[in-house]
Amino acid sequence: MHNKELEIKAYNIRKNALTAVYSAASGHPGGSLSIADLMAVLYFDELNIDPADPDMEDRDRFVLSKGHCSPALYGTLAERGYFPIDDLKRFRQVDSNLQGHPEMKHISGVDMTTGSLGLGVSAACGMALSGKIYKKNYRVYAVLGDGEIEEGQVWEAAMYAAHYKLDNLCIFVDSNGLQIDGPTADVMNSDPIDKKYEAFGWHVIKIDGHNYDEIKAALAEAKTIKGKPTAVVMKTVKGKGVSYMENQVSWHGSAPNEEQYNQAIAELDAHIAQLGR
Amino acid sequence: MAKKATREAYGEALRDLADKYDFVVLDADLAAATKTGTFKKAHPERFFDTGIAEGNMMSVAAGIATTGKVVFASSFAMFAAGRAFEQIRNSVGYPHLNVKIGATHAGITVGEDGATHQCLEDVGLMRSIPGMVVLSPADSIESKACVEFAINHNGPVYLRFSRMAVEDVFDEATYKFELGKGNLLKDGKDVTIMSTGIMAGFALQTAELLKNQGINARVISMASIKPIDEDIIVKAAKETGAIVTVEDHSIIGGLGTAVAEVLAEKSPAVLRRIGTQDTFGRSGKPADLFKYFKMTPEDIQEACMDAIKNK
Repeated sequence: MHNKELEIKAYNIRKNALTAVYSAASGHPGGSLSIADLMAVLYFDELNIDPADPDMEDRDRFVLSKGHCSPALYGTLAERGYFPIDDLKRFRQVDSNLQGHPEMKHISGVDMTTGSLGLGVSAACGMALSGKIYKKNYRVYAVLGDGEIEEGQVWEAAMYAAHYKLDNLCIFVDSNGLQIDGPTADVMNSDPIDKKYEAFGWHVIKIDGHNYDEIKAALAEAKTIKGKPTAVVMKTVKGKGVSYMENQVSWHGSAPNEEQYNQAIAELDAHIAQLGR
Repeated sequence: MAKKATREAYGEALRDLADKYDFVVLDADLAAATKTGTFKKAHPERFFDTGIAEGNMMSVAAGIATTGKVVFASSFAMFAAGRAFEQIRNSVGYPHLNVKIGATHAGITVGEDGATHQCLEDVGLMRSIPGMVVLSPADSIESKACVEFAINHNGPVYLRFSRMAVEDVFDEATYKFELGKGNLLKDGKDVTIMSTGIMAGFALQTAELLKNQGINARVISMASIKPIDEDIIVKAAKETGAIVTVEDHSIIGGLGTAVAEVLAEKSPAVLRRIGTQDTFGRSGKPADLFKYFKMTPEDIQEACMDAIKNK
């Protein structure tokens, strides 16, 4: 798919994510907006998946290890046709399957239950290992936060994936530089992320997480790497696409009010209109 | 009779069932001790060490299970149920995945390694996870049956094995495992001794001691702690009026607690609980530790007499 089309998809994913968070009056918009461009490329250009057959045995797998950004995942799955976009308005409601954090048993298209940080990437390793054991050609993708990687289990998984040469595994670290309590540099400095993964034996690619050519190139390069997993460290802007949310830590886990929501949708619609011209 | 540890039977069962069923085995650098090494030796292509990283192991196991495979993940009970509790709850329990946790070295019978390695809380922890089956087999025969059951069961199973060798209490020719069913080892009418895991031998010995006093004790072995056999508990309460639970675990959260819950709601009866009290374990030989923590057949006998007296 052309970059321009993907970018429109990403803005729709952003609108979907914000609609979910606004409707629930809770959820995590900041880190959902920062990964929207990647989600668009994965789900509309890269993954071998079929919304009509969500459990297809040899499908590519996706694990949102930073599970609190479920609005981005649900927004993407709805946009891709796994379930009606209208369902997003019941996000986090007691009569809805759209749990606050991704839940695999009742939400079409969710490959792994996540939410507790650090656990998802290990599960992605298990999926990749199973692919190796049973000689399957699917690939496994996971997205981690740059705050999430403060969890020790992330590095247990890093050691594990390199040890078992899981070259069918490609992770993305969403390096937006902010976590709930403030800048990652102040709360618990996780830099240099690239050198850490290199030291653990991974192939590392550094990209701008909002540049479609770079995202596509990274995905293509990862497929050529044999004998080791790939970590794509992508520099992103938390809250990307909504002017008042960009780089503001306060939007990590709070919902917009009606006025703020309407402004956000107007801004995103304006971006889409500009791209559509 | 030759003695065998249930962990030995676990490793042998994995090895022997490998041709019949498709499953993989993970261990966190304790294969020689948990006896998954027995499986590894026979089927190295289906064995994967995760190194000393139990949390990662449980989530990796969950990931493998999402691809439709059965996975065994093994470590000592302390590091499986204890250290990796949250991974088991969130990666395995919540999505109800086909991960079978083979936890060995449960209880004070770990012996000399002492309190850090003697898990006395695992049954309580695992029992509290929705959908988790908790099994604590009594001997090598029941252990093998529990492993085969776990492979065929759809969902997570916690299997509790011990380090100390014990004599078999079941007959391989006639034994059949049934989920949620206790096993009557000896009938009796004056008091019921209800054990789980390798304490079945002590329960039977206690019944012999009581017989010398003219007391006819019923002995029941409860491998299936969750789901628990409510019927056999209620029947014992009604027919014998007094129950003494026996477990190599804390009396808080384990079999004693599970039985107390049933009695309180369904059929109140006098209850005494043998196990570790609100305390950590300590180093020592298992036989000495049983004396130290008042868990010998003589201690159980005393608890039975007290229970009978208070009917």
